[in-house]
Amino acid sequence: MIENIDLSLVNWSRAQFALTAIYHWLFVPLTLGLSFILAFMESIYVRTGNELWKKITKFWMTLFGINFAIGVATGLILEFEFGTNWSNYSWFVGDIFGAPLAVEGILAFFLETTFVAVMFFGWNKVGKKFHLASTWLVAIGASLSALWILVANSWMENPVGMVFNADTARNEMNSFRDVVLNPVAIDKFTHTVTSGFVLASVFVTGISAWFLLRHREEILAKKSILIAGIFGLVSALAVAMTGDRSARTIAQVQPVKFAAIEALYDGKSEAGLTVIGALTDSDDRIGEKKVHDVKLKIMIPKLLSIMTTGEGSGYVPGLKDLVNGNPEKGILSVSEMMERGKYARQVLTDYKMAKEIGDDASVASLGAKFQEQDFINNYFRYFGYSFFEHPWQVIPSVPVTFYSFRIMVALGFFFILLFVLAIFFQRRDKLEHHRWFLWISLISIPLVYLASESGWIVTEMGRQPWIIQNLMPVSVAVSNISTGAVQTTFLLFAVLFTALLIADVSIMSRQIKNGPKH
Amino acid sequence: MTRIASALRSFFMFYYEGFRTMSWWGKKVWIIIIIKLCIIFLVLRLFFFSDFLNSNFNSDRERSDYVIEQLTGNK
Repeated sequence: MIENIDLSLVNWSRAQFALTAIYHWLFVPLTLGLSFILAFMESIYVRTGNELWKKITKFWMTLFGINFAIGVATGLILEFEFGTNWSNYSWFVGDIFGAPLAVEGILAFFLETTFVAVMFFGWNKVGKKFHLASTWLVAIGASLSALWILVANSWMENPVGMVFNADTARNEMNSFRDVVLNPVAIDKFTHTVTSGFVLASVFVTGISAWFLLRHREEILAKKSILIAGIFGLVSALAVAMTGDRSARTIAQVQPVKFAAIEALYDGKSEAGLTVIGALTDSDDRIGEKKVHDVKLKIMIPKLLSIMTTGEGSGYVPGLKDLVNGNPEKGILSVSEMMERGKYARQVLTDYKMAKEIGDDASVASLGAKFQEQDFINNYFRYFGYSFFEHPWQVIPSVPVTFYSFRIMVALGFFFILLFVLAIFFQRRDKLEHHRWFLWISLISIPLVYLASESGWIVTEMGRQPWIIQNLMPVSVAVSNISTGAVQTTFLLFAVLFTALLIADVSIMSRQIKNGPKH
Repeated sequence: MTRIASALRSFFMFYYEGFRTMSWWGKKVWIIIIIKLCIIFLVLRLFFFSDFLNSNFNSDRERSDYVIEQLTGNK
């Protein structure tokens, strides 16, 4: 029974999934971005015939290969965890998760593995244009793989295009189009992939800066900085734009997450965006959740209202509105959603009982409810709320989402400045004269990973307590297995992934030190 | 038939030559890939990550009943 699930099991399962996802995401964005940078560099080589560009391409391709090879298959562990630790969830999502992941698997296998081999083994064995096409296909294939993963992930945040089957307890896809064109999926794909481009651009800029600091490989470094600077700048601006669009979507489909990101407790019109601030505990509470005051804040007036409603005077609901309800603004209270969810759950219970005792009339009438739009839109959509005991349980960790979001955004704008300076100094051939800039570029490599991981922390911590928004809380999704088993595998993963990361960094460092000649 | 055999041979030789002339880092990452896949599939998958519903129930009907029981809180 769900009521008997040990909370430590839920938390250990969450910790294990978070650990795996965080490590997996250390490898993925560099693959996404560096593959395009390679494609640009090789395109210049094929177009100009300049052997220097071939040398530059091959050097960065080596680093791409190390990262790709060590990161490959780390995502498979996440799929294992679904089946073992999150079996209720895996069953409940039915084919909706399976279909995009199957497409991803086929694409990854055929596009990436085939053409990655041509990229590495095909120099001087296949034609220049065929080799270039392979490099482009690897880049496009990597992003397409990400698309399907992100489509599946987005469905969890905004479940659309499905109908619940009360006989099997599974959701069945009734519109592949709605699942793929889910607004959350579109925003998440564009935002995530472009953030990977930024990460790779910072990586190339940082490593190139290291060469310049050591007075080595200067031509390679300068040319690489130009490509990475332009690609990074365009990508960073795209990240900012897609982030803005994503915020608007989140405000609509996950308003609690949005309010938590802003630490907005009391809804208001003409709401300003907090650029910087420090959270302090106040005496106020929502149930057992502390209310935080935002001190030392710098705000941009009305921007939050404009971002969410398109108007400076627009009303942005706060956490108190969203938990307690605000009839004036048409916001249901969580208590009301819990009641509606409990009704939906009771219908499912009655349906199951009617089937067991062979009451065909009740089976027919209760079963029909799961097809009725009124029941789906006004009751079943709140199914997950039935598992809560208190309304305040729908509030995620405000400090984690608030600070992670600001780290991500601040670093995002810092990278825009970094790329502008990189292009400026490169075009004036003054990169070596600004050693401070070269050091900042090098230090930016860990910072860009921090920004990238912070983005996922905002997404995944901000949507707590849901594994599927409004339909299934995390605590219900977990398998009834022993906490000890999860703790053991948590430690195994920590050791395995740390070993892989050390191998990745050490092999890459050695290759960087060797430089392009080796 | 000869054409297919020739294509297959070229395909095989492409990979064979690629692996044979691989650089030091290539050989090293392949060793890591093999060790990693062995750990993932032969240790983690076999001993720690059996599919909970598939290993505890024999049919989809039983799995459905179990999950419904979990969702409704009723046996």
